[in-house]
Amino acid sequence: MIGGLFIYNHKGEVLISRVYRDDIGRNAVDAFRVNVIHARQQVRSPVTNIARTSFFHVKRSNIWLAAVTKQNVNAAMVFEFLYKMCDVMTAYFGKISEENIKNNFVLIYELLDEILDFGYPQNSETGALKTFITQQGIKSQLQTKEEQSQITSQVTGQIGWRREGIKYRRNELFLDVLESVNLLMSPQGQVLSAHVSGRVVMKSYLSGMPECKFGMNDKIVIDKQGKGGTTDEAGKSSGKQSIAIDDCTFHQCVRLSKFDSERSISFIPPDGEYELMRYRTTKDIILPFRVIPLVREVGRTKLEVKVVIKSNFKPSLLAQKIEVRIPTPLNTSGVQVICMKGKAKYKASENAIVWKIKRMAGMKESQISAEIELLPTNDKKKWARPPISMNFEVPFAPSGLKVRYLKVFEPKLNYSDHDVIKWVRYIGRSGIYETRC
Amino acid sequence: MTDSKYFTTTKKGEIFELKAELNSDKKEKKKEAVKKVIASMTVGKDVSALFPDVVNCMQTDNLELKKLVYLYLMNYAKSQPDMAIMAVNTFVKDCEDPNPLIRALAVRTMGCIRVDKITEYLCEPLRKCLKDEDPYVRKTAAVCVAKLHDINAQLVEDQGFLDTLKDLISDSNPMVVANAVAALSEIAESHPNSNLLDLNPQTINKLLTALNECTEWGQIFILDCLANYTPRDDRESQSICERVTPRLSHANSAVVLSAVKVLMKFMEMLPKDLDYYGTLLKKLAPPLVTLLSAEPELQYVALRNINLIVQKRPEILKHEMKVFFVKYNDPIYVKLEKLDIMIRLASQANIAQVLAELKEYATEVDVDFVRKAVRAIGRCAIKVEQSAERCVSTLLDLIQTKVNYVVQEAIVVIKDIFRKYPNKYESVIATLCENLDSLDEPEARAAMIWIVGEYAERIDNADELLESFLEGFHDESTQVQLQLLTAIVKLFLKKPTETQELVQQVLSLATQDSDNPDLRDRGYIYWRLLSTDPVAAKEVVLAEKPLISEETDLIEPTLLDELICHIGTLASVYHKPPSAFVEGGRGVQHKRLPARAGSGESAESPDVGQAVSAVSDAPPAVIPSQGDLLGDLLNLDLAPPTSNVPPVPSSMQMGAMDLLGGGLDSLMGDESETSASHYRTEVQSPQPPECSERELGGDVGGSPAMGVSLGGAPVGMPAGLGAAPAVGGGLGDLFDLGGGVGVTAGSYIPPKTVWLPAMKAKGLEISGTFARRSGVIHMDLSFTNKAMSVMTDFAIQFNKNSFGLAPAGPLQVLTPLSPNQTVDVSLPLSTTGPVMKMEPLNNLQVAVKNNIDVFYFSCQYPISLLFVEDGKMDRQVFLATWKDIPSENEAQFQIKDCHLNSDAASNKLQGSNIFTVAKRTVDTQDMLYQSVKLTNGIWMLAELRIQTGNPNSTDLEVGVIFLSGLNSNLPSSRRRTSWHALLSAPHHLSLTTQSVF
Repeated sequence: MIGGLFIYNHKGEVLISRVYRDDIGRNAVDAFRVNVIHARQQVRSPVTNIARTSFFHVKRSNIWLAAVTKQNVNAAMVFEFLYKMCDVMTAYFGKISEENIKNNFVLIYELLDEILDFGYPQNSETGALKTFITQQGIKSQLQTKEEQSQITSQVTGQIGWRREGIKYRRNELFLDVLESVNLLMSPQGQVLSAHVSGRVVMKSYLSGMPECKFGMNDKIVIDKQGKGGTTDEAGKSSGKQSIAIDDCTFHQCVRLSKFDSERSISFIPPDGEYELMRYRTTKDIILPFRVIPLVREVGRTKLEVKVVIKSNFKPSLLAQKIEVRIPTPLNTSGVQVICMKGKAKYKASENAIVWKIKRMAGMKESQISAEIELLPTNDKKKWARPPISMNFEVPFAPSGLKVRYLKVFEPKLNYSDHDVIKWVRYIGRSGIYETRC
Repeated sequence: MTDSKYFTTTKKGEIFELKAELNSDKKEKKKEAVKKVIASMTVGKDVSALFPDVVNCMQTDNLELKKLVYLYLMNYAKSQPDMAIMAVNTFVKDCEDPNPLIRALAVRTMGCIRVDKITEYLCEPLRKCLKDEDPYVRKTAAVCVAKLHDINAQLVEDQGFLDTLKDLISDSNPMVVANAVAALSEIAESHPNSNLLDLNPQTINKLLTALNECTEWGQIFILDCLANYTPRDDRESQSICERVTPRLSHANSAVVLSAVKVLMKFMEMLPKDLDYYGTLLKKLAPPLVTLLSAEPELQYVALRNINLIVQKRPEILKHEMKVFFVKYNDPIYVKLEKLDIMIRLASQANIAQVLAELKEYATEVDVDFVRKAVRAIGRCAIKVEQSAERCVSTLLDLIQTKVNYVVQEAIVVIKDIFRKYPNKYESVIATLCENLDSLDEPEARAAMIWIVGEYAERIDNADELLESFLEGFHDESTQVQLQLLTAIVKLFLKKPTETQELVQQVLSLATQDSDNPDLRDRGYIYWRLLSTDPVAAKEVVLAEKPLISEETDLIEPTLLDELICHIGTLASVYHKPPSAFVEGGRGVQHKRLPARAGSGESAESPDVGQAVSAVSDAPPAVIPSQGDLLGDLLNLDLAPPTSNVPPVPSSMQMGAMDLLGGGLDSLMGDESETSASHYRTEVQSPQPPECSERELGGDVGGSPAMGVSLGGAPVGMPAGLGAAPAVGGGLGDLFDLGGGVGVTAGSYIPPKTVWLPAMKAKGLEISGTFARRSGVIHMDLSFTNKAMSVMTDFAIQFNKNSFGLAPAGPLQVLTPLSPNQTVDVSLPLSTTGPVMKMEPLNNLQVAVKNNIDVFYFSCQYPISLLFVEDGKMDRQVFLATWKDIPSENEAQFQIKDCHLNSDAASNKLQGSNIFTVAKRTVDTQDMLYQSVKLTNGIWMLAELRIQTGNPNSTDLEVGVIFLSGLNSNLPSSRRRTSWHALLSAPHHLSLTTQSVF
């Protein structure tokens, strides 16, 4: 298991050092600094073995978190734990920075004591942790016995993510379907790979211990219902719009065995914001934009670039924050740009022409052309021509996912599904959206 | 609150000040001071001097302060064991606190204080906490048992904590169960044989129930524990799989990977024709793909694991090629891993896409990545024949870019393509030659030189090209020098008239001006070869080379199976067994995949897997290192792309035999070395292949002849080298009693052993033994076809060996050999073949060919095979010879537990052609004087002493065997050797013979 956990600043100075196992000594702290943080070359692996000691590291801005072990640990678990550690710290004091860590080092030690015991990760749900790690210096006698047992049963219990007795005057929930659409397209417009990775984020402000059921236009579910309901017209029409989900993963509140057997998503949600599910689709993706590049080399010192973007969605919808990034060679000496819409600028420090458009409706087209002057070089190596990348945000889900329902049942309290105010929002963003040129 | 100020105190006399503050009356000040101490501790300052003062702050009702003090205690208790005792009272008191959080905190901290005296006090509180009413305390106490076990294992056992821990597996709280499982698993690892984690269907059921309810971490502990269980049959296996599959949808990647591990392992037991088996295969793909959308570090772990899974079961991800396409901003470690998997998944169906991608990658920035991409194109060409042409043209395009390292890498892979598809793409040679000047890396230069030499007849100016390399001969690396030497000799053999001068030049450079023994040796051999027998030279140097096979750098199957059992862990990231990086015995026992139950066995290949590529079921031919030498001798090149095993560098086989042995590989006109180092970087810690040596060691090591030849050999090694204990082994076998005592039962025939496992020979299994029947040596072989296809065209060949054993006739195998059929063949052997000393002396390297491939193995024959029937020496001659033998040629050893009297022993040995010349009785000893003649005319004389007087012990007491070579009959073997063997005396020998006697 994890033998020790260290946090360093960018200089390699130790900010936090917590050793869990006897086989990890202080020299391990230095070994990582010397061999990884101060190493000249780029990091070639997130796992480093130095003198039979393995170091797992992740970096958040310029802070290094390293877990150390001498055993054959579950590597995936160690990384998951490090991410979780980051989440917990962020939930407690915001951004992970040297200053914040120094300011909260007592808290961090307290957390590390709680969520990692002898190198075994323990309950790390912030909701539960916040009930008893408060930094208020709680006096033990001030808690009633009931409160105490409530805390411990929540930390160890089946529903560790929610405490009992939550009350809201207005029962409300917000569902955000956040998708990131990824594309790799050949210069000829052939889709090399495309997928959507989506998340359903839920903010719930519900009283009691509500039992929820979430439904979407999952092809498997719709087809099943379609068979049952014979010639039901509604079934037919929704069947058309159903989507094939390649794979999905759920927050630990979702009953996985029920999903496995009935494909229904039922759960008792944590209070506040959390990620209910993640999913991935690859079929029938709506690609919001198409990029058509044209690069021509004119002699050895000039390049002509023309890029057309076409929006491909309902004309009534508006895409926002559109940005097209056209890479330029390293020996660029000057660029002239003409664009029909938005603003375009050559950014020498980034070796790219950045073209920004604030808003663009569906089924429109826009174009940019640029002349790039090159310095003559004797460098034999050809310019690698990195792909043209795009950023944007659209108000729909490119995968075609639709939320069909979210039902709430709370048998003990007197509010019903109808009393809950529900909000649904779809946002599609660009992930890695590239077209080769 | 700005705690960061605590980090900044660097004044002198700081400790002193802190001391004062710690003893302050004000609570706030105390707390501040403790914080400062912890901050100093964090940055590595030694604040152990403050121990008593900090411990004094322990008695507080402020939980935050208490935790800080505990943290300090955990760090320094070990250095101040006596003072740490001061804390015990507080701990014991806290363990009784009404607040469960405090009880748990106390027991958690106490377990981290590694001071013996404290652990004694820990036992009682721990016992209470294990049965605490609050689950939070119980789950903490469960882990504490593991902590205590780490400090004092005996104490934990004595106190009966292990049983309490086992009981916790049935606890009502899932988190307690999970922690108990984790603790038990850890403790069980340090007692590999204990039945601590007594996994039976009932406990498994409890674990599976807890799996649905506990935290993500708990699920990992439970799944990892489940993976150690071996279900009783395929039905149990299936039902566990069914309950584990929902975990594949968990958001935590580690849960998913651990579930994959359980499924991959238990799948082994399911019959392949089962519907569920197919369903399971389908279910595995999506979660594996989803892992690739995790953070980069996790992606890396996932990819390393997928690499294993793809090798084990290629059918799972065969349609998912696209997800492994490299993204522009992937970290380099992710890119390199993806590339590896892309090549493994490449098939005829997707090759076009793969190639297009690889071509893109070859223009990237990172040099390592680009090189790997170029090499990958070459590997695709070799793997998917239909794509070879496209690959070659892609490589040519890349060469046109003139980017130095791209060109060099391309040339190295093109050489391999030539080896795979000879006489097909030679038209590109001209393009390659244009880039001759830009090559500055030895590997690329060597590859280019090989190409020029190999195709010298088609390159008009081959002589000029090679000559240009020759100018700076001494500045080249050895690799290039060797290659250049071979290439020029090839050129000379092809165009003798124009290149005489050149070849003389290179030979003199290699032999006279070089300090490198490899190079010199090779030079001399060529020189002699060329001057004595040019025709033979041609046969040797221009011998036809076999094609290289398609799959490269696969992990050796047994290692792969072990790694599959370690999915998700560090072992799977390193692709090394845990023993390679974990110190001590903890957790390094080898794990194995369970065997398939039922009839699945024969259905090895005819399923989906086959369609993808040959990897699926046909185990790759991993050639044992011994085979390398052998292959070379048989004019077969085993260019390492086919093998995982780095070839034995010729320098390792230095010594007298190198002239004929190791050096020869390169003489064949192939640089196994170059391509070896080329691939070596990718070799995944090859486990030494099971040498047949080890298995046969018992009866084989005992070659008395070992001493014989060693003693007389010109190398001048000491006579006793033949490892006395092992020698006894051979003799012991001869004593094999079989039926009755004293009956001449014929010569000893060892039972058949497997020489070539089916795994290493594409389904052909060979087992065999040696026998001497009516004066003729026989090799008794059993061929078993464990593959799915029919085998034909069997042939056999031996490498040169110590006694010149060679097949006396062709191998008579009844062909075709259909699947699952076994055929027994007896191959008569002659002893007139070429002689070369082997190590061990009785080692025999064999090549067997069939319609599928050529396979190599080595076996060892009992030396008694070589004892001839006319080995009885005249008494007078015996006496004279005996005296003649110098004492350094003697060896003595003892055989114990031999329940034979002298007559019986004499009879017994005569059956194996060891003849008693004379017998003498002195006191309680019988002395037998014996003689043995080997096929090559060497004599061995022996004195055998048998204790007879002691009725209680029928052991053979003392025996001496003298062996001697006679120079009278055979002028060719002027060897005077003797051998001394002492039989009996109860110590010394621990042999396989014991069972035989």
